[in-house]
Amino acid sequence: MIAADSVTKRYGAREALRGVSFSAPSGERLAVIGPNGAGKTTLLSILAGITEATSGRIEVGRTGWVPQEPAVYGKLSVRENLRLFARLEKVADDAVDRALEQTGLTDRAGDELSTLSGGNRQRVNIAIGLLAAPPVLLLDEPSSALDPRHRQRVWTFLDRLAAEGTTIVFATHDLAEAARHGDRVLVLADGELLFGGTAAELETAVGPAKDFEAAFVAYLRERGH
Amino acid sequence: MRWLLLKDLQILRRSPLLVALLVLYPILVALLIGFAISGGPDKPKVAFYNGVAAGESTFSVGGEERDAADFAEQLFDAVEPIRVSSREEAIEKVRDGDALGALIVPPDAAEKLRNSLSLAGAPERPTVEVIYNGEDPVKRRFVESTIEARLAEANQALSGEITKIGAGYLDILLKGGTIDLFLRKFDVLGLERSEQILRQQAARLPEGSRAREELERVAQFAGLAVDNLDLSDAILASIGEPVDVKQTVLNGSRTALDSFAVAVAVTVSLMFVTVLLAAGMLALEREEHAFGRLVRGLVTRLELLAEKVVLSALCAFGLAALMVVGLSAFVDVAWSQAPLWLLALAVGALAFGALGVAIGGLAREVRAASLLAFLLSLPIAFLALVPSGTVSPTLFDVIEAVSAAFPFKPTLEALDRTLNDTGQSVLGPLLHLVALSAAFLGAARLAVRRFD
Repeated sequence: MIAADSVTKRYGAREALRGVSFSAPSGERLAVIGPNGAGKTTLLSILAGITEATSGRIEVGRTGWVPQEPAVYGKLSVRENLRLFARLEKVADDAVDRALEQTGLTDRAGDELSTLSGGNRQRVNIAIGLLAAPPVLLLDEPSSALDPRHRQRVWTFLDRLAAEGTTIVFATHDLAEAARHGDRVLVLADGELLFGGTAAELETAVGPAKDFEAAFVAYLRERGH
Repeated sequence: MRWLLLKDLQILRRSPLLVALLVLYPILVALLIGFAISGGPDKPKVAFYNGVAAGESTFSVGGEERDAADFAEQLFDAVEPIRVSSREEAIEKVRDGDALGALIVPPDAAEKLRNSLSLAGAPERPTVEVIYNGEDPVKRRFVESTIEARLAEANQALSGEITKIGAGYLDILLKGGTIDLFLRKFDVLGLERSEQILRQQAARLPEGSRAREELERVAQFAGLAVDNLDLSDAILASIGEPVDVKQTVLNGSRTALDSFAVAVAVTVSLMFVTVLLAAGMLALEREEHAFGRLVRGLVTRLELLAEKVVLSALCAFGLAALMVVGLSAFVDVAWSQAPLWLLALAVGALAFGALGVAIGGLAREVRAASLLAFLLSLPIAFLALVPSGTVSPTLFDVIEAVSAAFPFKPTLEALDRTLNDTGQSVLGPLLHLVALSAAFLGAARLAVRRFD
């Protein structure tokens, strides 16, 4: 379960988030979409506890965090990276093997991160986010660096996590991915939450459209964005 | 913090080139600075022509035989002589650049010196000739000042001797005695005895007679001369050595230059390793995008900064301690003060580490952090080494204030006082370093807010 109430974030005079409110029950997959600079990463950073909100209230338990760029150490091996964060998270070492298995990285465990492809680095990034088996997993652009095959593997895995009760909140620019893997979508623009509902509801709200992407663009245009 | 520390050490272990550069470069720079401070200029080559015939260079002063060659030997302590056989050859050596200068002693120098020291001789003074090569102004200035200084010493020594002779002659005039002149001995009555004789003779003449009055006037003159010439020894001595020098050292220790160079070299190494490592490793956390992941509850920002300070301080401390041990083979180090200089190294390293994380926090990228750390470190070191008196008092005050804002100077002071056991307290510099550590850590804490 995760909930945000009137969350605002200001950087000087600029308002990055303006009174954003939403909630997501356990096991829900929530896609956060919006144009560049909409406040998606800021919202996830506040939910992850990296950035403090200027005002508003957040209700969230233990979270796993998967940033947009792989937050890993290139000079350490896959296993060493996972073991480091497992120790910092104060979870047992067997969580490392479990996360390696979950992300299909067991055979690359001894490889130095700098030798891995962007896709595999992202899988390590996700594996670190899963170490503490968090009830809420926050992902910023989780599949942007992955090829279609790896993307599918990651989503299969994330879908299974959600089915097991983990709340998944992910920000993405890939609207097809948002429609396909998001039980609900949050549309942010200029820091304002414009829409919260299913992809089908958004399409219905704008009338006939070629696809979800066209409906999204029309929705933003109707609201002056 | 323990796991982060181990992680960073692991990363360093897998970056051998970086570690080698971090170790070798600061040591190289430190040793070069050390050499530059401790080493004076090389002995310049000076062509030397002595025209005085062998065995003719001696002269007598005050009854003592002296050899002009002794004065030349003193000069050769400071210059490397190229002995030549003629004045022309000496000039040629200077013209060709083989020598930076030439010192020419003419054949009649010793004779003129002998004559000038004798009552019978001509008053013409001997003259030595000095020729300079002006190609290198710095070395020329060095040769010039060296020769001038040595000649001044020789002149002063002779002047002292001549003063003694003058005083001796005056003594004879006063009290009577024998003077050697034109190979003959002359008996001099002396003013004291003259006065006595005159007074005795005057007493024998009738009172009020003109002859008695005239004799008494002459006796009075002799008495006056005796009274005043009696003070002449002291006056002549003060002319021979007009200024007495008493040496006093203010504001600092009497550390030998080599020992001070060791303290400088170790401080420079400590600074480079710590500042570069702390700045680079903090910026690396952001560059690897791990900063956000770490500070979301795994560690606090302050803990992360402290870890970088401790990591860099540990590495630099080990390196600097090894440097001291290595350098102690060549220069005396106060081993009795080992606990104190180890403490100075540790506190200095922590202060440099705090400066490093402040730089890393400001720069945010490894390359920019390394560049900024490097660009800032050298001027800080050089500023702290500017001696008073070389710039205007106002500028020196500014330099002192700037130096006090960085850990180099207090670390150097703490190390110099302990490595060289100057007897000065190390508490002041250590407290200064603690204050600077807190200030830079605070600045770093503010700077990493921009990491989010």
